[in-house]
Amino acid sequence: MRYEAPSTTREASALLANAKGKAVVLAGGTDLLARLKSGDIEPDLVVDIKRIDTTQSIKRMASGFRIGASVPCVEIGRSAALKRAWPGVVEAAQLIGSDQIQGRCTIAGNLCNASPAADSVPALIAAGAKASVVGTAGRRTVAVEKITTGPGKTSLGKDEIVESINLPKRPPRTGDAYLRFTPRTEMDIAVVGAGVCLTLNGKGEVSKARVVLGAVAPTAVIVADAANAIIGSRLEDSALAEMAAACEAACNPIDDMRGTIEFRTDVSGVLAKRAAKIAYQRAGGK
Amino acid sequence: MAHDTSYTDQDFKIVGSRPPRPDGIDKVTGRARYGADVSAPGQLVGRVLRSPHAHAKIRKIDTSRAQKLKGVKAVITSKDLPDLTEGNRGNYDILENCMAREHALYDGHAVAAVAAVDEQTARKALKLIKVDYKVLPHVTDVDAAMQDDAPVVQPHIQHDGKPSNICNVSQFGHGDVEAGFAQADVIVEKTYKTEQTHQGYIEPHACLASVGPDGQGELWVTTQGHFTVRNLCASLLGMDIAKLKVTSSEIGGGFGGKTHIWTEPLALALSRKANLPVKLVMSREDVFKGSGPTCSTSMDIKIGAKKDGTVTAASATLRYHAGPHPGPWGMLGGMTAWACYDFENVQSIAYDVLVNRPKVAAYRAPSAPMAAFGVESTMDLVAEAIGMDPVDFRIKNAAKEGTRASYGPTYGPIGIGPTLEAVKNHPHMRARLGKNQGRGMACGFWFNFGGQTCTDLNIGVDGSVNLTVGTVDVGGARASMSLIAAEELGIPYDQVKCNVGDTASLGHNDTTEGSRGTFSSGMATIFAARNAIEEMKARAAKTWEIDIEDIEWRDGAAHAMGMQHSNLAPLSLAEIAGASPGTGGPIAGHNEVVADGAGVSFASHICDVEVDPETGATRVIRYTVVQDAGKAIHPDYVEGQFQGGAAQGIGWALNEEYVYGEDGCLQNPSFLDYRIPVCSDLPFIDTEILEIPNPNHPYGIRGVGETSIVPPLAAIGNAVSSAVGVRLDHTPMSPPRVLKAIKEKQAGG
Ligand SMILES: Cc1cc2nc3c(=O)[nH]c(=O)nc-3n(C[C@H](O)[C@H](O)[C@H](O)COP(=O)(O)OP(=O)(O)OC[C@H]3O[C@@H](n4cnc5c(N)ncnc54)[C@H](O)[C@@H]3O)c2cc1C
Repeated sequence: MRYEAPSTTREASALLANAKGKAVVLAGGTDLLARLKSGDIEPDLVVDIKRIDTTQSIKRMASGFRIGASVPCVEIGRSAALKRAWPGVVEAAQLIGSDQIQGRCTIAGNLCNASPAADSVPALIAAGAKASVVGTAGRRTVAVEKITTGPGKTSLGKDEIVESINLPKRPPRTGDAYLRFTPRTEMDIAVVGAGVCLTLNGKGEVSKARVVLGAVAPTAVIVADAANAIIGSRLEDSALAEMAAACEAACNPIDDMRGTIEFRTDVSGVLAKRAAKIAYQRAGGK
Repeated sequence: MAHDTSYTDQDFKIVGSRPPRPDGIDKVTGRARYGADVSAPGQLVGRVLRSPHAHAKIRKIDTSRAQKLKGVKAVITSKDLPDLTEGNRGNYDILENCMAREHALYDGHAVAAVAAVDEQTARKALKLIKVDYKVLPHVTDVDAAMQDDAPVVQPHIQHDGKPSNICNVSQFGHGDVEAGFAQADVIVEKTYKTEQTHQGYIEPHACLASVGPDGQGELWVTTQGHFTVRNLCASLLGMDIAKLKVTSSEIGGGFGGKTHIWTEPLALALSRKANLPVKLVMSREDVFKGSGPTCSTSMDIKIGAKKDGTVTAASATLRYHAGPHPGPWGMLGGMTAWACYDFENVQSIAYDVLVNRPKVAAYRAPSAPMAAFGVESTMDLVAEAIGMDPVDFRIKNAAKEGTRASYGPTYGPIGIGPTLEAVKNHPHMRARLGKNQGRGMACGFWFNFGGQTCTDLNIGVDGSVNLTVGTVDVGGARASMSLIAAEELGIPYDQVKCNVGDTASLGHNDTTEGSRGTFSSGMATIFAARNAIEEMKARAAKTWEIDIEDIEWRDGAAHAMGMQHSNLAPLSLAEIAGASPGTGGPIAGHNEVVADGAGVSFASHICDVEVDPETGATRVIRYTVVQDAGKAIHPDYVEGQFQGGAAQGIGWALNEEYVYGEDGCLQNPSFLDYRIPVCSDLPFIDTEILEIPNPNHPYGIRGVGETSIVPPLAAIGNAVSSAVGVRLDHTPMSPPRVLKAIKEKQAGG
């Protein structure tokens, strides 16, 4: 196994493109190292992106935020501006693992690992985040929901690297939230996750909404019916009930040792309602 | 020398205080050496190949390619562990469990092992071993395994004259239960299930084995009982007991799971074949699949009572799975089920049942928590049915001194009544509950054990004392032993250093199990210290040239008694020790004993939970343990045992379970999906120590390590049931199970 730590994304991309055999990108390594140790994968080349300076920081720009692909989640939690703008995304990133994991894990890694239960992904999608992807052919910007295509599968080419995750500037009267259900308080994998982002009009009614569920299907699901159920409402009980029903209908989970189909389906609606209430408050709704 | 072991109400100077444990700093700084922390020059890495099938015939194992791989120094299969058990079926079962012979009996059963120069090579070698399996039908569920048409795990085992998975049936009780039920105003009968759990010790099994061509060997191992490991390994490998020296490392938790041997004989056999030391460390997956978790159970519990709260009859039918070999687990469930109570008519029938799951080993008060879950849940249901407070109902029926226990013996002084009174008067019982919260309480019992013990006490010329015990310290025992030695000798705690000796330095010591460590080694330490005191008095007598009868040992010094000796200043332990080279040589005390008369132990727990009615998630918000310790030598470590047992019980009650697939394979062999509680899942666990002296120990000690895991399943079950208004009868009471119960109740109106 060869290990490379290039200093530019272009070099990294070239290494990947020219690699013979299996090549993988290494960010925080909290997924990758566990898989290497268990013998689950045996790559021929590991390309560490942590030395690439464009991946190393959180930048605040007029258009929003640019979160480098090797920024550990602990740094995301320390960014007051990010927390003010996208508290749901920050909370989701901070749910990953434990203090030790936080010091290493990244949201780009969380996304590219393509686990259906990845915590930051529903929150990122709800917030309208985009991935900046660099390959030998150049750069492209892709909506986060377009990256994951199935458990462990992404739409990235062999030579492509996510260089950063970009969040838009938060529109006025907008709030986001993410909640997950785990049997334990921490060190657990989401049995269900729900990310909600909504914008209110001047009257305090929901004018725009995005409801995204995690761990209930092969990839995170954007539940348009759930969003429609609350658009035009002030989250009255009937609207919330309709939203919960839409979430349950959108679930396509598996039955496994982490949760039954029935349980995941029931809890998806419960969490979406709770997340919507938090997002509503954050958007200034009363 | 025989000693009087009966309780004497002595005043303690140091016993009962809370000094820091001698192993504490090393443990928190990482200097302590656990099973995997020792290496030898030239050591190889050992790895085990495990069956991917729940049940299969092993037609052939081809190791030739693995053997040829560069860096591989030894490959072994059952052929390298010939059967030397000479008809001892128990030992044969152990041999077969350590390495499959004709059959793989569970997912994870060891089938071959390699020793190689490094981990990668060892791993590669495992992949090169080709095992030709013929997959056989399997059974993993205890109830299914009892059916007539179930696949048979061990064809040599018969029940009712034909091959069967029912390997033991035991019965306990007295009176006439049918007549008793006929007198009852209320009868409650209910079926319960508990899923299989693992002890969840943080340190995986690990050892370093070295066997030379001269047939002598050494083993460094994490275990609760190095003498047991030595005897079993020596016998399975055909070695002389005296030629295998076993040293116990620091232990990162055992809870019963390290009372046995697993990969140790494999490491020794690999080392013997490779003629180099072999280090073998289990992965967590290996631990879940290839060590000794506890049983799953299924139980029918029936209690009849009069309206005034008198129980007229109680019966239990218990079905415990044993893994692929017979064990005493159902029997222990049957013995403990009704032990808290004084019932006129009582019965338990217990079945041990073979299934294609790992061999069951002890887990802290083995088998008692499950039976208590059924019994204590039903006790609450009966109390409710007759409109009586559940604590008062238990107090009315509690066993007391003179009660004939359901499993046979007549109790001496015991603590069940006092723990119940303490619960009744505890402020926890009166605290207000909030929305979605519920409170439950439950009782528990464990026998405790004594057994063989051998202890040495050596006094250095500077007056410091080396105490060598042979019981592995799993919970602070070295601190307790030091306190006892210091108390007897009359010296400060810091002057005593307690070590756990290896198997070559002491006579046989039974394993640290059955809550016996402090009870039995405590007893041997008292007598070893008293022997040393006799010797020191003799030295003083020699020095003073007076009769030993005129010397008394007090406050760490020999005092000459009587007016005629009033001019003699006392001789301190240090002074006698300093002079010892000239007065007869080193001063030592020694004791070997079979510590009989372990005092039974009882506990009552109170628990408050909050249940999220929309997700079924349960949070334990307050927990109180009240238990009889006999005498708390070091109260911190007694409280630690109370808290540890409760914490494990909470995990068992709420989330821990072995999940098997249709294929009979374990689906969650990792700490990610086998969910033991993390710190933030638990409240601070409150404790109250009661001290009802054990009449059979000089200090009144009872074991305290196990009883604390007995009540939690039921206490939490009672609390959750009260919070959600529906009875939970299946552990773990995980969110999906609780939510389902809530929804069924809502659907039923
Ligand atoms: C103890 C523990 C607890 C955990 N708890 C959680 C949890 O609560 N919630 C949760 O969602 N996850 C959890 N995880 C999983 C993991 O920590 C997260 O998925 C984490 O965000 C991964 O980030 P990383 O930087 O460590 O990724 P890495 O391990 O470095 O990479 C993960 C995968 O993504 C690829 N990759 C990484 N970066 C890029 C990139 N920039 N471009 C292209 N491909 C890339 C890698 O090749 C690899 O396949 C846990 C893991 C552990 C070990």
